[in-house]
Parts: sequence; structure tokens; C-alpha cells
Amino acid sequence: MSLHQVSMKINGSLEQVNVPANMTLLTMLREVVGLTGTKNGCTAGECGACTVLLDGEPTNSCMILAVECEGREIVTVEGLGEEGRLSILQESIIEQGGVQCGFCTPGMLISAKALLDRNPNPNDEQIRAALVGNLCRCTGYVRIINAVHQAAAHIAEG
Amino acid sequence: MLNPHPGLPEFDYIKPASLVEASQFLAQHAGEARPLLGGTDTFVRMRDGFWKDKYLVDVKSLPGMNDLVYDPVNGLRIGAAVPMNRVIRQPEIARLYPLLVEAAQTVASYQLRSRATIIGNICNASPAGDTSGACMLYEGVLEVHGVDGLRDEPLAAFFKGPGRTALKAGDVVTALKLPVPPVGNVGHYVKLGRNKLSDLSIVGVSVLAYPDAALASGFHFRVALASVAPVPLEVGAVTEVLGSQMITADTLDAAAVAAMDACNPIDDVRGSARYRKYMVRNLVRRGLDRVWLKLGQQGQ
Repeated sequence: MSLHQVSMKINGSLEQVNVPANMTLLTMLREVVGLTGTKNGCTAGECGACTVLLDGEPTNSCMILAVECEGREIVTVEGLGEEGRLSILQESIIEQGGVQCGFCTPGMLISAKALLDRNPNPNDEQIRAALVGNLCRCTGYVRIINAVHQAAAHIAEG
Repeated sequence: MLNPHPGLPEFDYIKPASLVEASQFLAQHAGEARPLLGGTDTFVRMRDGFWKDKYLVDVKSLPGMNDLVYDPVNGLRIGAAVPMNRVIRQPEIARLYPLLVEAAQTVASYQLRSRATIIGNICNASPAGDTSGACMLYEGVLEVHGVDGLRDEPLAAFFKGPGRTALKAGDVVTALKLPVPPVGNVGHYVKLGRNKLSDLSIVGVSVLAYPDAALASGFHFRVALASVAPVPLEVGAVTEVLGSQMITADTLDAAAVAAMDACNPIDDVRGSARYRKYMVRNLVRRGLDRVWLKLGQQGQ
């Protein structure tokens, strides 16, 4: 099997790693780089637990090879906060009780962040559509949606 | 024990420097190499053991593969590597080809559409492909690079069966070309899945319509069906029924029944053949209603 050296920016820092052809970005993040915040739920692009930002766009990291990410920029859940502080979105999901077991939370946060980046004031329907690829078996989604509304309001207030 | 998260099988990742190199490599390794676009079907099929290719040939960076351009003479050109979200985001495409954008929006989830491509959806030739019907009704033509160079493959004759197409070893689809759309076209995609969003379709109904003074009714309707035949199916009888006489509730009913009679579904895990037949009638009727309403609003 072919081996490849790839470099990419992960959460702002340049990483150079050696990967086999069949390694997904998800496996690389978790097992080579050690960023285990990104979760492996289904490896089939259905559950969204492995969602990361790839050049700003939410992407299932189980559905892309690490070798395809040469020169790209990746943001994982570990990259959402700044200087040891949680982001407004992360604070909101805690305050609203949008976390129970927590397995879906990293992917949920990434999809929600991407939504707020492209649409700072989404309505309920737009939030649901943006999160349709992130499955949660605990919360029933209502609190997660409330958290996105709260984050949008707090971000607007500055 | 069955591994719930099997990794991908071993393969080599090939990144050719030109289309000629890509076609040559794919032809030399016929049956054990395939072009890689978004990978959203490929990785699932490989992981599940259905596809056992030794080589994945990443063609996404080759010239023209990321084009997304419209011009009023030639129409729209969608490069093979353009992900669905890029197509959906363009207001001009949504205005000119509303049916295509509506159908693409029903595919899986936002983050899957960051990777999934319309051309990949077409090349996999799933009878359930959500965008295939719209691309057929807009009279799409695939631009294909093979060992003998470039050629065109009209979608009308492209699908040969589930997973089977007119593509040959060495072929790389480089773009989908949609001619300038009919003036005043409106569309609607009705998707029936097991859940409201993100599932594969049990039945998919694409409806396209536009004013056409050459027809007795004054309107040209076209309907394509997904998941109810071995290939995406256009129902010519709908165009006939709704073109030849004044459009009324009765003729819309008759067109829906004609669509039901034209399809040939199977029983599978997502629904029975009988259920699908009735759903085709009901959803075609619903789709025609919606499109008829849109045509009326446009006329005001």
C-alpha cells in the first residue's frame, strides 16, 4: 500500500504526518495527531460525530482520506475555544443543557459553528437543516437548537 | 466478533498529473482501479467489501474539474469535482436550474454535500440518485475523457442498470454540461424517505415544467422517477397527457396514473413494490400540483 507524507494546518498549527493511503482524516486526527475530541460513530458519513471544518466547510472526517488533505486547513472541536476559554457556542450548549452523554457534541458544535459563520441569525428550520447530519440519541435536539439560538444572540450582542 | 467499525481495505492512492495519464492508468488497471471524486459512496462500498479496487485515482485536481461556469450560449458547466454545496450556493444556478438545486438539497446532510458531487451521484448510477432525474430533464450531457480523448455522453442514454453506465475502462467524467434551460422553467423534487431528511429515497419524483406555445395545453411537463426502475426513468406519457389537452384536475390525475403505470419498482428494505407504485401516483400528483401552482404564480 502506498505511503504518503502530508502537511496540513490543524487548529492553526502546521502538522506534517506520514499516512498510509487508506487512512481517513478521522483516524489520522485521533490516532496519529492525538486529537480525540473528534468522534468515530459510524464510519459511513451518517452520524456526523466526526465532523470537522475543512477549509471552513463542515465535512465528515470519516469520508475523506488524510492524503487528500495536503495543504488544507482543518479545525476540530479542540480548536473552537481561545486562550483556554470556551467559545460562546460551547458555553451556550452547556448552559442550555444540550449535552448529555457528549458523544455527538464535538460534531454538533462544528456544524453549528459553520452555520453561524455563514448565517449569523438562523431560524429554527435553518438550524435543523444544518444539523440534520448530526445524530444525537440523548437530548431530543430541542436543547441543542436552543443553544444555537442563544449563541447567535450572544454573538450579535458582541 | 464482527468489527463494528472496520477500516478501509488496503489500496494505493494515485494522483495523476494529467487526464491522459489518468485514463491510461485506469485502462491499464481495468477492474482494479476507479476514479475518486468525493468518495462518499466509494468509501462506504469499499469498507463494506462490495468494491475491492487496488487503486483509487484522485482526479479532483485535474484541469477543468473544479469549473462552475454559466454562459448564455452554452449553458452550465459543472466540473466533476465540484461538491454539491458549491452548486447549491450559487444564486444564478438556483434561478436558472431550480429543480437541480432543490433535488441536490435533499441529498444526505450538509457536511456530506461538502464532499459529495453531482457527477459522482450520476456515475454511481443508483436508481435512487436524487440529482439524476433533474440532470436528465435539463438534458444534461457528460463530458468524458477516455483513452481516445474527449467525448460526450448524453444522460438520456447513459444509465444501463443499477450501478451500470455507458462508461468504459479508462473513462474519467470531467464535467456535466446542462444546456441553456427552458425560459420560465419551474420544478419540484418530491422525495419520500424513511425519515423526513437525509435518507435514501423510497420514491423520488422530479417534475420540470415550462410554457411551450407549440403544445395544445401551452405547457411542457416532464417527469422523472427515482427508485422505481433499474435506472432513473423519464415518463414520456406525462408530457403527452399534459401537453395535448387543457390542464385540469382530471388531466393531472390522468398524468399521475400514467406515471404509476410506467414504473416497474421492486420490493426492498425501504419499501414494497406495491407501496412504491401507489406512492408514485400520489407523489407525481402532488409534484404536478406544486409545479402548476408555480407556473400560475409566474404568469401573474
